Amino acid sequence: MTTTLEPARPRALNPARTTATATRVLRQLTHDPRTIALLLLIPCVMLLLLRYVFDGSPRTFDNIGASLLGIFPLITMFLVTSIATLRERTSGTLERLLAMPLGKADLIAGYALAFGTLAIIQSALATGLALWLLGLDVTGSPWLLLLVALLDALLGTALGLFVSAFAASEFQAVQFMPAVIFPQLLLCGLFTPRDDMHPALEAISDVLPMSYAVDGMNEVLHHTDMTATFLRDALIVAGCALLVLALGAATLRRRTA
Amino acid sequence: MMNNAPDPPRPATQGPSAAIHAQDLTVVRGPRTVLRDLAFTVPRGRITGLLGPSGCGKSTLLRAIVGTQAKVTGTLDVLGHPAGHPALRTRIGYVTQAPSVYDDLTVRQNLDYFAAILDPGRPAADRRHDHVIRAIADVDLTTHADALAGNLSGGQRSRVSLAVALLGTPELLVLDEPTVGLDPVLRRDLWALFHDIAASRGATLLVSSHVMDEAERCHRLLLMREGELLADDTPDALRTRTGAETVEEAFLHLVDEATAQARSKETSR
Repeated sequence: MTTTLEPARPRALNPARTTATATRVLRQLTHDPRTIALLLLIPCVMLLLLRYVFDGSPRTFDNIGASLLGIFPLITMFLVTSIATLRERTSGTLERLLAMPLGKADLIAGYALAFGTLAIIQSALATGLALWLLGLDVTGSPWLLLLVALLDALLGTALGLFVSAFAASEFQAVQFMPAVIFPQLLLCGLFTPRDDMHPALEAISDVLPMSYAVDGMNEVLHHTDMTATFLRDALIVAGCALLVLALGAATLRRRTA
Repeated sequence: MMNNAPDPPRPATQGPSAAIHAQDLTVVRGPRTVLRDLAFTVPRGRITGLLGPSGCGKSTLLRAIVGTQAKVTGTLDVLGHPAGHPALRTRIGYVTQAPSVYDDLTVRQNLDYFAAILDPGRPAADRRHDHVIRAIADVDLTTHADALAGNLSGGQRSRVSLAVALLGTPELLVLDEPTVGLDPVLRRDLWALFHDIAASRGATLLVSSHVMDEAERCHRLLLMREGELLADDTPDALRTRTGAETVEEAFLHLVDEATAQARSKETSR
């Protein structure tokens, strides 16, 4: 032992360890059916509620409903991931895993894979309900809605993982939800178009990833084809997710004080 | 290298025969120096006990050996590599003081997962299966294999944690207070298991405890107090040297001696 620094080794993803981790995370969830039920049902119930809140103005339901299809997976995956990784840190299993030959990328990709799978099911249910039962009027392809929803879920997973490094307890982790998500919710254009905001706020909303998630959903809402704007939005959300995942990986330390 | 001078050639006894070799080992946590200039050698294939009162730095030393402790300076070689070297990650089994397993998985699912991390891939599936079965049997949890870890008693959960460390036949087992809170029968059984692992699998065990009567079960002892080593010897030699009946008495004798020395140093100043 000569130095506290470890050589930085570029390390490729190990598919077997990644899928083992994803399987483990999903197995943990199967022992907790109530969480699964809540995850899958709450977005559907909210959409149902929204539909009849705007009973008299279906245009408003179209706008808000489409945006929400992108926002739900972000919020739920944020919450689930931040608590799950916080538990992993506090229970000592993270320390044990990092003392084993598990790459940080394997762990993160495992979580992303497990929660991504869950997000696909959640989004498919919510999108199906909104389009075919609640009459959400979308011009573009429902597959594009699903794609944005999946990217949003990844972004939520990434943010949750990153934030869990700064939470010492589950109380703090839950408080990070309003701190990280609510400002984005207010500024993403859900309540009022972003160009109507104070210029300073509009500038801030330009750098928040949720704005592009909502923009992307609106593109699908109004256009039949995949537009250049949609592509840009999707790439920005994906890029943000990858960036935050990398930041999250940096918070996983093999050596701690 | 921290020390810029080239290493002097090591005596043969500390070469490949030593599982752990430490020199000038210091660990700082925040404002405190938790371990100060430790020097010791842990021989291979034996059980070495790390004993000392709570808070004396035992866990920190074990974490440094496993490579999860930050701010470690000095020399610390483990199985021929600097501590924390990636090559060591499959060769060391580590059990933390608090059981580190997933409470929302069954015993078998916990072991399946950790086995897949140690020995990944589909071709290894049969070998993994055997390792998992053996590890569960080693810690005597076969009848509880399909119970959720969270529903087990404290002692059972710490045995699940131990079973994880036994997976993959590690050359070095680092166990942080593995017998705390266990009943006498289980403690005896676990110590029998430790001796069996050392004898039949040739593994090196480093076991920490603050219960001095466990010292008698070790081949060698490291006695620690307030971040410093008081002794590095066999239980017999310790008793003979201090003229004590038990290791506990020997420890107290050494503590008194150290305190007296410190006091005489202060008064002579």
